[in-house]
Amino acid sequence: MSTYQNTDGLGALGDRTRRAIFVALAERPRAVGELAAELPVSRPAVSQHLKVLKEVGLVVERVAGTRRIYRLNPIGVSALRDQLDTFWNRALASYKDVVEQPTEERS
Amino acid sequence: MTQAATAMVRKQIVVEAPVDRAFTVFTERFGDFKPPEHNLLGSPIAETVFEARIGGHIYDRAVDGSECRWARVLAYEPPNRVVFSWDISPQWQIETDPENTSEVEVRFVAETPQRTRVELEHRNIDRHGPGWEAVTDGVDGEAGWPLYLSRYAALVAEGS
Repeated sequence: MSTYQNTDGLGALGDRTRRAIFVALAERPRAVGELAAELPVSRPAVSQHLKVLKEVGLVVERVAGTRRIYRLNPIGVSALRDQLDTFWNRALASYKDVVEQPTEERS
Repeated sequence: MTQAATAMVRKQIVVEAPVDRAFTVFTERFGDFKPPEHNLLGSPIAETVFEARIGGHIYDRAVDGSECRWARVLAYEPPNRVVFSWDISPQWQIETDPENTSEVEVRFVAETPQRTRVELEHRNIDRHGPGWEAVTDGVDGEAGWPLYLSRYAALVAEGS
């Protein structure tokens, strides 16, 4: 039942070339030309793969002069943010319980 | 930009307690309300200590006596405000480089004599970034992919 669609991150990485591009960008940000030089695919093909990776949010681009530099989306930061968001939700809910407990020294 | 938006967590909660008590409970009883999985030690936590001064630490002491200092107190202004660093890396280890740590500011605002609004801001989360690059280093290894993809899958699922 693993019918990953082309529109999600896992589906996008199902393609071998896209995975190679992703791994290359995990090492460091690169321009399209650099990727094409390193991989056995044409420059237009690389651009097409990058477009897919960008659409699913795996990769982000930055314009540097006449070049576009691609890098992995800092999803780690997003994931950490989500983790901390959950952490504080839980912590503050428990905090409310503790702080509103009747206290013995209350007069 | 999106980077800034993802680098911060903001929370607000109103509690039925005077501001003094709201502040005291937050700092003195942190261990009583933080989620139990917040533990970098090998054994259960016996107590969480919040050293009530700038330059102090928040640390956990485990039942076996080991300690984990996971925050530095950066501001301590009872009963209104406290700021502490978050020295825990994305790998759930103590981060020793202050440049790679985030920080948490908590403000206590008296709405009435018996009610306090607590505003929490966990910011500069992207400073933990270098740790994530280390994660992607292993991206083509056996351990790297599943880790990375499961995180990503969760993110994608959430966004769709």
